[in-house]
Amino acid sequence: MEAYRYADGTITYPGHPVGPDGSEPVATIDLREYIAEVLTWTTASVSPPGVREPNHLAIVEFDVDGTPVRAIGQLTTGDVAIGDEVRPVYCDQLRDPSAGIREADSQEWDGYRFKPV
Amino acid sequence: MTEVAVIGASMTQFGERDAWIRGLLAEAGRACLDDAGVNSDEVEHLYVANMASGEFEGRTGIQNALVSDLAATPAYTQRVDQTSASGGAGIYAAWQSVASGAADLTLLVGGEKMTHRTTGESTDVIATLTHPVEYKHGVTLPSFAGLAARLYLDRYNAPRESLAEVAVKNHANGALNPHAQFQREIDVETALDSPMVADPLRLYDFCPVTDGAAALLFCPVDRARAYADRFAVVSGVAGATDTHVVHERADPTTMGAVVDSGEAAFEMAGRDPADVDVAELHDMFTILEFLQLEGLGFAAPGEAWRMATEGRTALDGDLPVNPSGGLKSKGHPLGATGVAQAYELYVQLVGDAGERSVGADVGLACNVGGFGNCVTTTVMEAG
Repeated sequence: MEAYRYADGTITYPGHPVGPDGSEPVATIDLREYIAEVLTWTTASVSPPGVREPNHLAIVEFDVDGTPVRAIGQLTTGDVAIGDEVRPVYCDQLRDPSAGIREADSQEWDGYRFKPV
Repeated sequence: MTEVAVIGASMTQFGERDAWIRGLLAEAGRACLDDAGVNSDEVEHLYVANMASGEFEGRTGIQNALVSDLAATPAYTQRVDQTSASGGAGIYAAWQSVASGAADLTLLVGGEKMTHRTTGESTDVIATLTHPVEYKHGVTLPSFAGLAARLYLDRYNAPRESLAEVAVKNHANGALNPHAQFQREIDVETALDSPMVADPLRLYDFCPVTDGAAALLFCPVDRARAYADRFAVVSGVAGATDTHVVHERADPTTMGAVVDSGEAAFEMAGRDPADVDVAELHDMFTILEFLQLEGLGFAAPGEAWRMATEGRTALDGDLPVNPSGGLKSKGHPLGATGVAQAYELYVQLVGDAGERSVGADVGLACNVGGFGNCVTTTVMEAG
């Protein structure tokens, strides 16, 4: 779960070719080594093709040595609350790439879910 | 720059229609030209606002088809896609074409055909606008709304019922709109008891899947009286964007593109929020009405929910919001929506809004694409 640090010190997940102020990335950070806090969450009861149903989702915020870094992703459970601590756990297929409208080969389909600590 | 007037407007019946996109666009385009009493061969530019006719119907080049269907050749034509803000972006394009002097008569037609797809398929077509890290997790626009709503209610201690009040108001307004998809009132209990869709948001917090089209006809203000006794003036229009990745924004309950486009549109019009008599906001989800009221400066952060519970956004309130019924009740055919918002402002400003008339001289429309990825705000005034 790789985030980018840019020349101005900001960090984003996912990484981008340039940071918010246009500066280039200077380092990568493995967010698997950090704990995040749930900023907000939802459970979607109706899912698009290829997505588990219900789909528990959260926006979480990591504290990377004083710099906040947010991420969005599936939760391992819907039993969470704002402020709960979570950590990333690997999932080899978050969504069936053959079921949705997006071209399967155009992006990766594995990633990290967030599990309460 | 040339001042720009709207001299004709139309919208089709919104809802589940037998017609396909080509027929919907032609229906709205013809009605708009008829409304203004203009022949199609006078049209110099023709813009078509549409998000996804290729994905929904396997049909591209719909702008070229429409030129022929309206007998408007050799008019210049162009399709404008700015996701669910395509209609607002089309207004900006049509305004530019007249304001710049490139055209003296510009027709904008927005439309979408969606209901032949399942809700899941339609949701997925729309969700293709998301970043890969969002799409692979199955993040959809409704789930973004659930995430934002939970944070808003928690942060500002706003009652869940305040969101239901938005739905109740917009359904009441839609009941007065013969073009609306839903023309029936609901109560708070019905909204709160409806099935959960994206916790804490329920079915009645969401707009429906819709077919429909709408159109506007633009010309220079100094030529408007040659066509119409009553017209509207586009006094301000501006677009803005926010980050593609939604969670990277500083505050998930603030849509930066709403703030930026609103400020620019107000500045261009020489107006401020206190001048606005009526607003059409992009209530694809009830929570968006709060976020836009705050982003546009009609309410302080965390205070817009009070406007709903106090009835201030009702037809008889101090700022009627979505007298058309909004996306919630009128429906949301993606490419048509921004155009239909301006249609509502037009009929309000020229006095053709019937039972839902609020007596407005200044109106504002805010058309949101993605989850605030792109926004166009338009200020219109009675001519």
